[in-house]
Amino acid sequence: MMAATAGAVLSAMPRTGQAGIATVPSDYSTGEAPNSLADVTGYNNFYEFGTGKDDPAAYAGSLTTDPWAVEIGGLVERPGSYDLADILSGVTLEERIYRFRCVEAWSMVVPWVGFPLSGLLDRVGVGAGARYVAFETLYRPSEMPGQNHAILDWPYREGLRLDEAMNPLTILATGLYGEEMPNQNGAPIRLVVPWKYGFKSIKSIVKITLTDTQPPCTWNQTNPREYGFYSNVNPAVDHPRWSQASERRIGAGLFAGRQETLLFNGYAEEVAELYAGQDLAQDF
Amino acid sequence: MQFAQRLNPFLRRIPVWPIYALAFVPPVWLLWQAANGSLGVDPVKALEHRMGELALQLIVAVLAITPLRRYAGLSLLRFRRALGVVSFAYVVLHFLCWLVLDMGLLIQQAAGDVLKRPYITLGAVALLLMVPLALTSNDWSVRRLGAARWSRLHRLTYPAAILAALHYLWLVKAWPVEPIAYLGAILALLALRKLPRAPAARAAAQLSTTGPR
Repeated sequence: MMAATAGAVLSAMPRTGQAGIATVPSDYSTGEAPNSLADVTGYNNFYEFGTGKDDPAAYAGSLTTDPWAVEIGGLVERPGSYDLADILSGVTLEERIYRFRCVEAWSMVVPWVGFPLSGLLDRVGVGAGARYVAFETLYRPSEMPGQNHAILDWPYREGLRLDEAMNPLTILATGLYGEEMPNQNGAPIRLVVPWKYGFKSIKSIVKITLTDTQPPCTWNQTNPREYGFYSNVNPAVDHPRWSQASERRIGAGLFAGRQETLLFNGYAEEVAELYAGQDLAQDF
Repeated sequence: MQFAQRLNPFLRRIPVWPIYALAFVPPVWLLWQAANGSLGVDPVKALEHRMGELALQLIVAVLAITPLRRYAGLSLLRFRRALGVVSFAYVVLHFLCWLVLDMGLLIQQAAGDVLKRPYITLGAVALLLMVPLALTSNDWSVRRLGAARWSRLHRLTYPAAILAALHYLWLVKAWPVEPIAYLGAILALLALRKLPRAPAARAAAQLSTTGPR
């Protein structure tokens, strides 16, 4: 069974012909030990490939990630369709080892490869009046079998407030473990917002739009009572159906039990001021 | 119906005890897989969910026995007690997986979840409803209670089954097929009990219960 999983993982990896991506370390990285590559690539929520945790590893291999372009529009100074190579040209890729907390009360530590979203937004020029950033995942049912079922209102959409998007912790990731992004983790380019529940970190992005109104977000639309627009990790604000006070660290072992969940997933020092004056139970 | 009548004498010769013996296989096998890492990245959830699913599958099997007798003339009544007792044992193991492995024995948070989280509340109520059923799944209890009272008590199976299926459905995000299928199967099997019996089926059912001993 492990062999089968490992085989699926390998086949889902994009082949680059060169080993490793050059990255620089980041002060934002945690010192906690990252989860194994098998954990990170074998346990994913990516409903475009099925609702099971092992569906993405099994079925994402067929996703074509080259060519890939991201349409950047809305309230930006230089809108257009940007090829992935253009987006990455001249960009210094960093290794960001982040805690990752799923809304389902499990967590991992992932060594991402990426760059701050703010850098890209600065390059395309944030337009006057822009207050939010909307993201959209690829819609391609022929390669994403989960999209043939109306599990969610496809394509998957997410959004951030502009100040959240510009925060230095917010990155666009193009790889992990020093290699290009495995398909099941959101290849070729995904968002990572480490102080929010994992579903905010939208995968396989094809569209970024700056707006003046709060954009629709898929899980929020699906169930607004359970999934708020902000969805900041907060042990004091429970999901209606389960407690968020603690979490299980994946890979910790059968009898490891649970650990306490930290406010903003432990990134309060970097992001708490974004929400000064807001009632976090109200704006959940 | 013809087929069932030919099958029934054969079914009567199968002993019941192997069900109890075989019942040990899935939990032991799952634990062994969890220990050697072949249960995937999250063995805790896998173990917990598999035990819950197995219990639910056995509950569906238990509920299918009466309609199978009524509409297909198949006589599986002898195995019902064993299947019910095993399903209860699996529910207890499912509960222990949750309390010990998933919650890490954080008793206070676990107790809070039982009271505050509807899906956990439903699961807990279903478990409690099954306790008197398991305790009275023996000949002595049937004699002690009398067949009529015993049967009335064991209709607790119906709410327990519905609550167990809702417990599963309420847990998941979105609307995946599997939990809906279990709830649908259980509701269908319960609805079949409410339908008026066809004369042929009634005759067959009577034959299979009051037939040669």
